[in-house]
Amino acid sequence: MDRPNPFFRNKWSKAASLPMMLIVWVVFVCGTIWTVLFSFTNIKILPLFTPQQWMDGFVGFANYTRLFKTDRWMSCPGITKILTEDWEFKCAGALPNMVTYAVFSIVISVSLGFLLAVMMDQKIRAEGVFRTIYLYPFALSFVVTGHVWAWIMSPEYGLQHSIRQLGWESFTFDWIADRQMVMYAIVIAGIWQGTGFVMALMLAGLRGIDEDIWKAAKVDGIPAWRTYLQIVLPMMKPVLVTTFVIVTSGAVRIYDLVVATTDGGPGISSDVPSRYIYQNFSANLGQSLAASTVLLVTMAIVLIPWIRMEFGKKSQA
Amino acid sequence: MHSVSVQSLTLKFGAAEVLKNLNLDVAEGEFIVLLGPSGCGKSTLLNCIAGLLELSEGQIHIKGKNVTWAEPSERGIGMVFQSYALYPQMTVRGNLSFGLKIAGMAKDEIEKRVQRASEILQIGPLLDRKPGALSGGQRQRVAIGRALVRDVDVFLFDEPLSNLDAKLRSELRVELKRLHNRLKNTMVYVTHDQIEALTLADRIAVMRGGIIQQLAAPQEIYNRPSNLFVAGFIGSPSMNFMHGKTVDGGTAFETAGTTLSLSGYEGGAVGARDKAILGLRPEHLEMVDAPIPGKTIPAMVEIDEPMGADSLVWLKVGDVPVSVRVPVENRPEHGKSVHLKVDISKASVFDAVSEQRI
Amino acid sequence: MANTTAFDQVPSGKKPTPFITWQRFVVYSVLGVCALFFLLPLYIMVITSLKSIQEIQGGNIFVPTMSPSFDAWEKAWNSACTGLYCEGIKVGFWNSVKITGPSTVVSIAVASVTGYSLANWPFKMSEFYFTVLLLGSFIPYVVMLYPLVIITRWMGIYSTLPAVVFVHTIFGLPILTLLFRNYFASLPQELFKAARVDGAGYWGIFFRVFVPMSVPIFTVAVILQITGIWNDFLFGVIYAGPTNYPMTVQLNNIVNSAMGGKAYNVDMAATILTGLVPLTIYFVSGKYFVRGIAAGAVKG
Repeated sequence: MDRPNPFFRNKWSKAASLPMMLIVWVVFVCGTIWTVLFSFTNIKILPLFTPQQWMDGFVGFANYTRLFKTDRWMSCPGITKILTEDWEFKCAGALPNMVTYAVFSIVISVSLGFLLAVMMDQKIRAEGVFRTIYLYPFALSFVVTGHVWAWIMSPEYGLQHSIRQLGWESFTFDWIADRQMVMYAIVIAGIWQGTGFVMALMLAGLRGIDEDIWKAAKVDGIPAWRTYLQIVLPMMKPVLVTTFVIVTSGAVRIYDLVVATTDGGPGISSDVPSRYIYQNFSANLGQSLAASTVLLVTMAIVLIPWIRMEFGKKSQA
Repeated sequence: MHSVSVQSLTLKFGAAEVLKNLNLDVAEGEFIVLLGPSGCGKSTLLNCIAGLLELSEGQIHIKGKNVTWAEPSERGIGMVFQSYALYPQMTVRGNLSFGLKIAGMAKDEIEKRVQRASEILQIGPLLDRKPGALSGGQRQRVAIGRALVRDVDVFLFDEPLSNLDAKLRSELRVELKRLHNRLKNTMVYVTHDQIEALTLADRIAVMRGGIIQQLAAPQEIYNRPSNLFVAGFIGSPSMNFMHGKTVDGGTAFETAGTTLSLSGYEGGAVGARDKAILGLRPEHLEMVDAPIPGKTIPAMVEIDEPMGADSLVWLKVGDVPVSVRVPVENRPEHGKSVHLKVDISKASVFDAVSEQRI
Repeated sequence: MANTTAFDQVPSGKKPTPFITWQRFVVYSVLGVCALFFLLPLYIMVITSLKSIQEIQGGNIFVPTMSPSFDAWEKAWNSACTGLYCEGIKVGFWNSVKITGPSTVVSIAVASVTGYSLANWPFKMSEFYFTVLLLGSFIPYVVMLYPLVIITRWMGIYSTLPAVVFVHTIFGLPILTLLFRNYFASLPQELFKAARVDGAGYWGIFFRVFVPMSVPIFTVAVILQITGIWNDFLFGVIYAGPTNYPMTVQLNNIVNSAMGGKAYNVDMAATILTGLVPLTIYFVSGKYFVRGIAAGAVKG
């Protein structure tokens, strides 16, 4: 009997994986490359895929320089005065808004999520009830979350109005209508939705730790809080890295939540990159693609620790 | 003064009594092994002694001090776990010194103790490595070291060798014995492995169902098991049991139509019993060709298992399978009828109802 | 033991502990306050939807109404305006059903078979594909939005139901493949080998051995996909076309198309209605939901 043609080995497996292979190549690989390549052109109408078109429209980094000169994308008035006395670090625009959202939502939801997980780990009663309460927002759409919080935070009839009505006349909570504070209003809605998820991941991480470690620490006379901070937390590094990557990639993608909560307002003070990119698809495609590429690079940087963790340990073992 | 003294300890999880009115006194410098099948409460008892579980009733004294409600770290114990439980992000040195640092000990004293422990356990070259870079045997040595630096009198071991492969296990077993000879600490050691128990222990506490079935020296437990459970649990292959009754006023045992004289049984007079069990270890039976009245029992050879040094022959006495240990050159033919000579002075007779040794 | 008498003053038996220690008090306080924070929006959503618009303007956001009425719900469902049309959010509801059903089925069908191939029938470069797939799940959607517009246009399905099903299948693939691959890899490999020795082939093993054993993971996948697709906004807005806008998009339009003052009660009723499907699934299937969302965090 002849050796069968290796091309037909596992033929059903290969055939069944064909949709996945097509998606990987056509959408993930080619789609991404297309976006990056055409971010260097000034094409306006729907392009085909010919190299000729790309060469005709090639403009180098023009889209990028124009993008970063656009106030709506990013404006940092103080940064031009760098190294002078009145230098200040204050940026506005879609990209800085995303960074603000990412930093605050990560810090708050991870620390609050860890705190809740530790509390949940204290052999409490009704653990299931608490977990259900913390996690239900995560089952909701960002659009739902956004509209609820927009209503609660609306200065006209919402929280501010109601507290004032109860007698605290000077109470002020109008972040959602304040150009300086509006991103923090969105952060509140974001952590309401996402903290339960972080808590669930952290709790799973805590429960995955060898029980003997706790016993050993007790015999060693280490106080519980030190055990959490100095032994358990470092052991949860993989969970922390994964959580960080998932929460950050969500923050980089942020779109629906902003559309629902403020629709970028007041004015464009809570605009975010995805919204900027989507709105410029028709009028300013080249710049949109350049902005997409910026997000892609941002995400790649965020992914580095995760990639090192996931793929590094394989080569070690 | 006892080193560890457990007095009428009871532990309940809800309605279930996991440990039942348990007493255990451990002498200074003694190596006690808690042995039993899983779920017998041996690890639970150890955790109670360590203070990792709150008992429901009773008291625990360590070195004459009532520590029933003391924190684990205040009891003067060190503990070694099955999973080693080393802090993975700290070096070996960090693992050994962390508890001492927390206790606020002076730096040079810590250093001295770490040096001493690493010398005793020969882990000096490993001090700056992390647990992830160590082998199983090395990790277990570090785990012992963590107990050692605490400079305590009582060591608690919770199945410390169960995660190691057979060869390493026997090596570390010898090392543990050497360590005990050198340090002369009190050691309480939990295992389900009877070889570990028999080789290491000064005394073994065989446990089942939250109760200590027998507490005695290994030879005593092997030769004079106090009840049917201990007899069946200790020894590999297990003891042969023959059901029957005592006759002639308790001077003889009748089973499978044969009568065996009980004269020479070291338990003395057994009295007349309608239901009794005769327990015989495989090495206390001998195959002979001709019957000796009152001393042999007819049997038929089924199979034999050569095991290198000797051979285990499986026979049938009536319907009951019986194993006999014979020198390897004495391998019998299959299907051959033989007679088994019983060494009644080494046998055990049990009451079939109470299951106690007579 | 003669010398224990000195210590017998310490009573044996249960350690006398106060009914509640201060640590317990702190734990339950923190958990309770946080629970209130998480429950508040749900409470406000519900009571607002039961109020009349006069009560909302004159009253307090925290105080429930004395005369609850489902008028706002009725209006939100049947006659609220979403831009040009005033047919309520029910249009969006049925669109979401039409999108979620096929998207869930197609994406799970593709991903379960892919996960099975990767776990049990690895081929040349199959690990490479899996890695790219995983990394691809982190690419910001906007990077692939325009290429997908081009692709769906070229396929002739842009702005139709099949386009949005197609896109949901693509973006559901990484997480679902991961889920199925890890699950199939965790099944005993002897089972797979035994089935092969018995003469079962690729499809025979999949349908007759693996699928019957995998009901839990299919349940997890279905829950993950239904909630995920139902909650989607972006893909619906771009690829479905105005006549097929899902419920989330319609909700946004209702809230934003306020004519003559905002009808907060109707908005909140529409918001609850939009959240009702995923919430019901969540409350009914608690454990499976947690397993689904945690799957993304654990790589095999």
